Amino acid sequence: MPAARLPRLLAGIADAAGLREHERRYGPLPAPGEPGRAGSRSRRRSRRRRPERLIDVVEAAGLTGRGGAGFPAGRKMRSVAGRPGRKAIVANGAEGEPASRKDRLLLSRLPHLVLDGIALAAAAVGADEAYLCVHGTEDALLRRLDRAVAERQAAGLDPVPIQVTGIPARYVSSEQSSIVQYLNGGPGKPTFSPPRPHERGVNGKPTLVHNVETLAHLAMIARHGDRWFRRTGLPSAPGSMLVTVSGAVTRPGVYEIEMGTTAGEVIMLAGGPAERLQALLVGGYFGAWLPVEAAWRVPMTHAGLKAAGGALGAGIVIAFPAAACPIAETARVARYLAEESAGQCGPCRFGLPALAEALASLAFAGGRGGNADDITKLIPLVERRGACRHPDGAAQLGRSLFTAFPADVHRHRRQGACDGVRRPPLLPLPGDEEREWDWG
Amino acid sequence: MSVTLRVNPIACTGHGMCAELLPEVVELDRWGYPVLVSPTVPRSLREHARRAVQACPTLALLIEEKAGKHR
Repeated sequence: MPAARLPRLLAGIADAAGLREHERRYGPLPAPGEPGRAGSRSRRRSRRRRPERLIDVVEAAGLTGRGGAGFPAGRKMRSVAGRPGRKAIVANGAEGEPASRKDRLLLSRLPHLVLDGIALAAAAVGADEAYLCVHGTEDALLRRLDRAVAERQAAGLDPVPIQVTGIPARYVSSEQSSIVQYLNGGPGKPTFSPPRPHERGVNGKPTLVHNVETLAHLAMIARHGDRWFRRTGLPSAPGSMLVTVSGAVTRPGVYEIEMGTTAGEVIMLAGGPAERLQALLVGGYFGAWLPVEAAWRVPMTHAGLKAAGGALGAGIVIAFPAAACPIAETARVARYLAEESAGQCGPCRFGLPALAEALASLAFAGGRGGNADDITKLIPLVERRGACRHPDGAAQLGRSLFTAFPADVHRHRRQGACDGVRRPPLLPLPGDEEREWDWG
Repeated sequence: MSVTLRVNPIACTGHGMCAELLPEVVELDRWGYPVLVSPTVPRSLREHARRAVQACPTLALLIEEKAGKHR
């Protein structure tokens, strides 16, 4: 049974929020130089600690970033550690994807696992500044994290103090260059690169930006080692990952799966379809529509999703019912993404509203001046033309409509809106109270 | 030596000088923002490319000259 070795990260989800319970469940924070070899014998043996040894272990484990891009976590650490001078580390817990809940779950229920990861990674790369960033609108979470940091300070755990920071609750502000810019006193908008954060980031220091789930895995690898980590998942995509399942399933929520579990198994894990499905939206609004038959057997790995024409992203899976209209829903999401643009780059500022309007035109056969036939022309005009990847998400989502639902597109073109447009929207967008409409 | 162009899309405000001075490489999209036909500049157009970079009113056109073995 594949699920037998899980949960790992989520093993203490019910009762390990406090520091003492956390240590009882997961074990004490390992010494920085002794990753994967917990226990006093080996600790005594090594007189000189080499905190950077953790980077070797993380590389051997094959951990990849769990924030969406899937970049090798160890290599990212090495590129920061290898630069001269003191470094900075940023834990990215600003979960910008509206359909993702896993980072909030980790931070609210297992904050110390993430904080362990920050402390260990800070030691490994030689950081003397550490930040944990979440949306500034999430008051309860910010208070919870402040309490957790205080508990650790009282226990003398973290030599580098971890600063919990609220950043703007905007979609593009959770991008790593935006966070670095915000911590440097800016409004929290993406910046042009180079320099990238690992070259010059917070206060000019080489900066490691890792997603909070990535850091939680790192805290587990430091305790149990790379071979333990590889005992689940695929050789090419080892370990476990958190997924957020929503839409037409009977038990929506956050689940920990082996890397390589199929998308269909993920739906079944969430209780199975609540009604007949036509598609899965994997990867959230940075992902793609996949027809349900094709998606069912696709393994949840970056390579697997890419081969199927999609993207794994941050592990979002939305089950989309047959009776709903994917074109209307995509138009709505595209409008949201257009509004969430920082408005810095012309192609994003002008292209995304035009794309949203054209999609709405196709969905509802109306609108003011939008032209449905324009969609395929607009996509290449926005894709890869921004300083950040924000416009690429909207482009990929729009393009996948045509590959996943050619018949629907055709029918909308010829007959206008379908019955599905009358259903209440299923794809989540942040409510007004969660959104910041202005910059700072 | 290879010469490539890049646009800083944050700095660019679509004045279109680059397309004016280097139409072989730069086209404008429907909003007036530059689209590079190919980022690599052919040898014969290098001088024009340098002029286009200097002429950009928002300093948004960037040139990268990578040294090869010989010139």
